[in-house]
Amino acid sequence: MYQVRFHGRGGQGVVTSAELLSVAAFLDGRHAQAFPSFGSERTGAPVVAFCRIDDREIRAREPIARPDFVLVADPTLLHQVAVFDGLAGDGHVLINSGRDPAHLGLDELEQRLPRGHVATVPASELAREHLGRPLPNAAMLGGLAAISPFVSLESVCAAIRDRFPGEMGERNSAAARAAHERLERAAEPARA
Amino acid sequence: MREGSRDPETPKSGEQRVKLYQTGTHVVGNRLLPPEQRTVQARMDRSNTLTSGHRACQGCGEALGARYALDAAMRAADGNLVAANATGCLEVFSTPFPESSWQLPWIHSLFGNAPAVASGMAAGLKALGRSDTRVVGQGGDGGTVDIGFACLSGMFERNDDVLFICYDNEAYMNTGVQRSGATPPAARTATTKPLGEHAGNVFGKGKNAPLIAMAHEIPYVATATVAELRDLESKVERATRMRGARYIHVFVPCPLGWGAASRDTIRIARLVKESGLFPVFEAVDGEVTSVSKIRRAVPVVEYLKLQRRYAHLFGENPREDVIEAIQAIADRNIRRFDLLATAEEGADLPGEATDAADLPKSQPGIAGRTEQESNLMRLLAETHRGSQ
Amino acid sequence: MLSQIEGSKAVAEAVARCRPQVIGAYPISPQTHIVEHLSDLVRLEELRDCEYMMVESEFAAMSACIGASAVGARAYTATASQGLLYMVEALYNASGLGLPIVMTVANRAIGAPINIWNDHSDSMSQRDSGWIQLYAESNQEALDLHIQAFRIAEELALPVMVCMDGFILTHAFEEVDLPGAEQVDAFLPRYEPQQLLDPGDPVTIGAMVGPEAFTEVKYLMHAKQMLALDLVPRTATEFAEHFGRHSGGLVRGYRAEDAETIVVALGSVLGTVEDIVDELRDEGVSIGALGIKCFRPYPLDEVREALAGAKRIVVLEKAFAVGAGGIVGQNVRLALSGQAAQVFDVVAGLGGRPITRDSLRALLADVRADRLETGRLHFLDLDTDRVERELARMRAGERPGPHAENMIRDLGIVAARSH
Repeated sequence: MYQVRFHGRGGQGVVTSAELLSVAAFLDGRHAQAFPSFGSERTGAPVVAFCRIDDREIRAREPIARPDFVLVADPTLLHQVAVFDGLAGDGHVLINSGRDPAHLGLDELEQRLPRGHVATVPASELAREHLGRPLPNAAMLGGLAAISPFVSLESVCAAIRDRFPGEMGERNSAAARAAHERLERAAEPARA
Repeated sequence: MREGSRDPETPKSGEQRVKLYQTGTHVVGNRLLPPEQRTVQARMDRSNTLTSGHRACQGCGEALGARYALDAAMRAADGNLVAANATGCLEVFSTPFPESSWQLPWIHSLFGNAPAVASGMAAGLKALGRSDTRVVGQGGDGGTVDIGFACLSGMFERNDDVLFICYDNEAYMNTGVQRSGATPPAARTATTKPLGEHAGNVFGKGKNAPLIAMAHEIPYVATATVAELRDLESKVERATRMRGARYIHVFVPCPLGWGAASRDTIRIARLVKESGLFPVFEAVDGEVTSVSKIRRAVPVVEYLKLQRRYAHLFGENPREDVIEAIQAIADRNIRRFDLLATAEEGADLPGEATDAADLPKSQPGIAGRTEQESNLMRLLAETHRGSQ
Repeated sequence: MLSQIEGSKAVAEAVARCRPQVIGAYPISPQTHIVEHLSDLVRLEELRDCEYMMVESEFAAMSACIGASAVGARAYTATASQGLLYMVEALYNASGLGLPIVMTVANRAIGAPINIWNDHSDSMSQRDSGWIQLYAESNQEALDLHIQAFRIAEELALPVMVCMDGFILTHAFEEVDLPGAEQVDAFLPRYEPQQLLDPGDPVTIGAMVGPEAFTEVKYLMHAKQMLALDLVPRTATEFAEHFGRHSGGLVRGYRAEDAETIVVALGSVLGTVEDIVDELRDEGVSIGALGIKCFRPYPLDEVREALAGAKRIVVLEKAFAVGAGGIVGQNVRLALSGQAAQVFDVVAGLGGRPITRDSLRALLADVRADRLETGRLHFLDLDTDRVERELARMRAGERPGPHAENMIRDLGIVAARSH
């Protein structure tokens, strides 16, 4: 079972991100389950959403306490909310930021995780570029697809287009592709 | 008003003009009228929707009002009518298991939900393609203006295809005469006894359901009394033929709860209108379109005196201040609704000559003398004495 | 068709395929997405010949369903929590009149203190309202149960409540198999009302009944519910024949046949419980689970049979009778008369507190090691310190003020927790 936890703020599309990831995994032929941290969160309040992916039926329904992957859609949460609680020793982190992880005060986390497992992507910037609005969720998912083997970029884009038909879907897909490309490029030297 | 009941008076060419007082509620059978203009009740084929054998009290205004209203609705709907009834006297006296006085499909659900049940019926019939079946909801003042009010307002607001009829006897009679939101000032009920300085129900409280209904700008709102049953019939028929949310508020005296003689039900209903205390009018799309005029305003005392629920205003320590305040309410209604007829309008109208002449002006407390006292009335009387 | 969709949408789609003719809609979390989606389906004319009534309260929603059902229309509504309580008077009326209304309850806690999250205190409070109560374990089952519910309701002329955990199921995206409209049509016949307000044949419905017959009328209500003990499993079997999967029924055991310890639960927590059963079985522990799918009528014989061989029974429930104890627990004990099993009543998941695998494993370890007392009510993950502090304040004669505020103060943090 692969478990992803999404952190963000109300209005950023965090819950939608988790749902889209589950649809993408479903399109890839896997079982998936997405759910929000159920609440009456208002715009701007910290929000958490979850997605489980597995090759067999998923029966557990508790919130994800030990994620394999943590996405942070708003870097201002990094030092307010325990976003990395329970993160697996070989887990991944993707943060919406144009800065290097080292500049975000995450040295400790970088030391704890394998090299290259803490990544950033300027998702809001990419969104502004492609959508005209700083809604980072599509770009974050594109970035996740570059790092995680549990979901493909094609399925992420298909899920986005399914949810947002027409031009909106195309633009969001473009943002996802752009983020995917950046992270793949960034990963290559590390792999080499 | 009188759009409906004026019709019979309009002479056809070559016919003699028949005056209202010749066809009004004093006249049995309307034999002076051509058959098609006679009242629903005068017809052999009336549906007897609320048929005989029910257990209403002698002189029950609600039973009378419901019979006329539903027969008229049945005529207008060509017998294709279903009804939802709120809990209350009407429900209890008409359906003691296993008997039922209802000769139409009838459902009783709860006290506070009759308008919503009726809405659901109308919606169901529409979905089933049976909108030719018309829906009536009905209840007393408690079920309408108090506990059922949210459902009523929702039904109005959505303009659901329901005619709702409120039979207003101005208190919770089914539970033993407690104050409702429709209880008038100074009236004695089991919860507004004239004890100490309290002269019955408080002033300045209570709600005017017809005006609130009008504020919803529904297609049709009307008031009526059981004194003018032809008027009631014509309003119900008119409302039944319309679509959307419609509301008729009928004033129905309750001999038991008001401490009135059974034989005075019609008289009291006539006096409430003639005094101006209960304006009788019609409103279409939120605007008053016609008013039932008064030939000469009767002093409210004449109305109050017939009912023991106001006895504490008379007696040894008369409360003229309270009577004046009630008179002020009537006067305000008369101004507000322009109830007084001009001399010309008045010629046709019932007035003192027909209605008030036989009032026993010199006999306060007439109600109890000719009436066999019920337990409740005795109770009311005893409590009253005890307070003096 | 397999789809990855939200539970609420899955239920709305299933309800639409059942072709309701009147929907009474009133918003309350976490049920809102269901009626929102049904509104879309009506406006898009994917659901035709259906009146979507935007009523002013849950009381009106149920009342409108009563009226609609009485004129022969198939009626549906959905609610939760306070909304269910607000319609209570009409609930009893619908069951008393024998009107086959189907309602989704998106299970949510009841205030005060106000709480929008999941537990079972809403539907459990209405267990004796005369409605049939079915509990869904997953979104697939929730969807399937709605299709079965209309059939059960209309065959018996009794209303049916389909209970699904609020948020946990209603807001979860997961895979469901949505049946085709024609498949549902083949399974669910047109609504043939057993009583009808028809001007062609006038009847009086809802007349007053005095002491001379009230007992008999109520007896019939009970007798009809007991008939559901046959109809519910039969419907599940026929459903399986039509749709190729098993959903619903009265009870469902999971590796329970030879189990020494059996966990009894209702609703979505069964998934987590089954995962733990598998883990513990791998470790050699003799454990199983029993899901009660139909809580009303109560399947006494089936529960008794399923628990017959168990030595320890852990009843895990998301509600309790304040001042008395477990609700499901009391019902389970009823089925165990004469059986020498230990029963542990454990209240868990109140007001949305997650029932975690870790906590459940710890609980079951305590049960197996005889560290848990029987005969008293246990609260999973109860913060005993906080409760004790508040009790001490009361004992000290302080005027404690609102308990809820004190508890949250003691907690130190109000929001911003990751889970």
